[in-house]
Amino acid sequence: MTWYDSLLQQLVDGLVLGAFYALVALGYTMVFGVIKLLNFAHGDLYMTGAFAGFGGLSLVSGVLGAGWLGIFVAMLLAMLAVGCLGVVIERVAYHPMLGAPRLSILITALAVSLVLQNAALSLTGGQYTAFRTDLGFGGLNLGNLFLSYNQIVLVATAGVLMIALELFVSRTAYGRAMRAVAIDKEMCRMLGINVSAVIAVTFFIGSGLAAAAGTMAGAYYGSIWYFMGFLIGLKAFTAAVIGGIGSITGAMLGGLILGLLESFGTHIPFIGSEWKDVFTFSILILVLVLKPTGLLGKSEVERM
Amino acid sequence: MSDSSNPRPSPPRSSSQREPEARRPWQRLIIAFESPGPRRALQATIVLLLIVMPWISSQYTTVILTNALLYVVLCLGLNIVVGYAGLLDLGYAAFFAVGAYTVGILTQQFGVNFWVAIPFALVAAAIAGIIIGGPTLRLRSDYLAIVTLGFGEIVRFTARNLEITGGASGLSHIPEPSLFGWRIDSAIDFYYVFVVLAILAYVASQRLFDSRLGRAWLYVRHDEDAAEAMGINRVRIKLAAYVIGAIFGAIGGIFFSVNLGAISPESFSFQQSVLILLAVVLGGMGKIPGVILGAFIVVLGPELLREFDTLRLLIFAVLLLAIMLFRPSGIWPEKRA
Repeated sequence: MTWYDSLLQQLVDGLVLGAFYALVALGYTMVFGVIKLLNFAHGDLYMTGAFAGFGGLSLVSGVLGAGWLGIFVAMLLAMLAVGCLGVVIERVAYHPMLGAPRLSILITALAVSLVLQNAALSLTGGQYTAFRTDLGFGGLNLGNLFLSYNQIVLVATAGVLMIALELFVSRTAYGRAMRAVAIDKEMCRMLGINVSAVIAVTFFIGSGLAAAAGTMAGAYYGSIWYFMGFLIGLKAFTAAVIGGIGSITGAMLGGLILGLLESFGTHIPFIGSEWKDVFTFSILILVLVLKPTGLLGKSEVERM
Repeated sequence: MSDSSNPRPSPPRSSSQREPEARRPWQRLIIAFESPGPRRALQATIVLLLIVMPWISSQYTTVILTNALLYVVLCLGLNIVVGYAGLLDLGYAAFFAVGAYTVGILTQQFGVNFWVAIPFALVAAAIAGIIIGGPTLRLRSDYLAIVTLGFGEIVRFTARNLEITGGASGLSHIPEPSLFGWRIDSAIDFYYVFVVLAILAYVASQRLFDSRLGRAWLYVRHDEDAAEAMGINRVRIKLAAYVIGAIFGAIGGIFFSVNLGAISPESFSFQQSVLILLAVVLGGMGKIPGVILGAFIVVLGPELLREFDTLRLLIFAVLLLAIMLFRPSGIWPEKRA
């Protein structure tokens, strides 16, 4: 294998990783856009989504099998369930805190994250759960490059979800309302937009996308556990910041960039795979220091 | 001093929380202990109790209490960052780790005397605080929260990957310190060391709270722009809180490492940071007695809930959420505004 093929293989791996990051980063950025809240629980919604997808798959696999069809249906069920969970979380935990000092909201979000994590810990006993599927290991051999069908389906699904989101936000009334709420909540209220409903929809979509990523990650990697949302939550946040927090296109772009950076970064000499996470967080800190608005974010004068 | 004169901005809460006139007995008790006379009496009683404790209880209790006192030091340190300056730090265990590892490496691998190693550990923690706080304190507080989280993980991963820190298994056989020929090695010796540390941390916290810096923190926490207009350098003030908090954490870590004689990266995980934060929020952000109470609850609680094992953490998590929703200022709230 030449260095060129190896580079291409890294590109593919980076794309897959980037697709996961992008889907999770979208939820961060959307919620941040409408209520300016850093939803710490978002990574754990991804984890919950993986478990919901696991549950969904065991429900439908009898009829549909555990191939991609079954996984898709399970994924949709998980998106629905976790989307509702996200709405409930917003209603119960965040909504009463919207007028509170910023510190209180952040700690509340952290508390929600811990509740989800530890609930999963208690239910599973902290063990890895095997996510069994009938997915094969087949794929396309393009010269020295190997593309598994799973990778192709996964990236394609993520792409479809993102295009659907983009269309929703840019073309529908709710999408327009969402963008308006992100700019000025008070004004929206005066113009008769149901701001609470818009926030609920935002949470539903953001959580649903995290659940989709969780289910696909479970199916792709083959095992799930209660702590799987922690690292990806942090990294997706990094992706959202790279792209410019609050910007939907930015989150997609940031996810891809981070996936590629990580994939290539582990092959730079002296940065072995054990330094991968250190590498990512260093990127986060560098971006925040050098360009806190990210690639596509708007500059922000407000400070808290 | 009346509850109703509390002008602190507080979030909307359920109506049961909004009756300042009706004072429940425990509220009266708290108010009584906030006047100087009873407060001195309470302080003296607690110190006396701490001194005689090892003689009237089992070694097991002494060890648990030592741990509780360590948490008192850590929580008072985090309280300066979160409670006084209003900055959310989710990687506080990193400073705890910096203190522990600096002393561990210097004494165990280089044979440096423990007391000589301490200043190095403190300087290392202060530098770490400046490196991480300096650039991010200018940004929104949410960013600080996530950057500190990332920083906490960086420190833990670094400790796990380096050879000098002993990798995943950590450092062991960290030599016990001695003071004027007296070797500090038994559980009771360490207990008294931590009693002294906790008292020092308490006094330092109180002095900081009453100082000009303490008032500046309060001002910045309430209204950054107004504070800045009054000539307070908000970045420098926040950085001061951050660095002082880091030093408290490092002191905890320094004595933690020699007490256990062994440290590993997992002692400084995200859960550790969360536990310390939980104690601060639970007790009452910014309120010294509240934070101390929180530290004791966080350490003694799990001992009492031992049978529940994994449910224990869930109970804590739900508790934290419930506190934020129903009593955001904690068990023993700070009233100064």
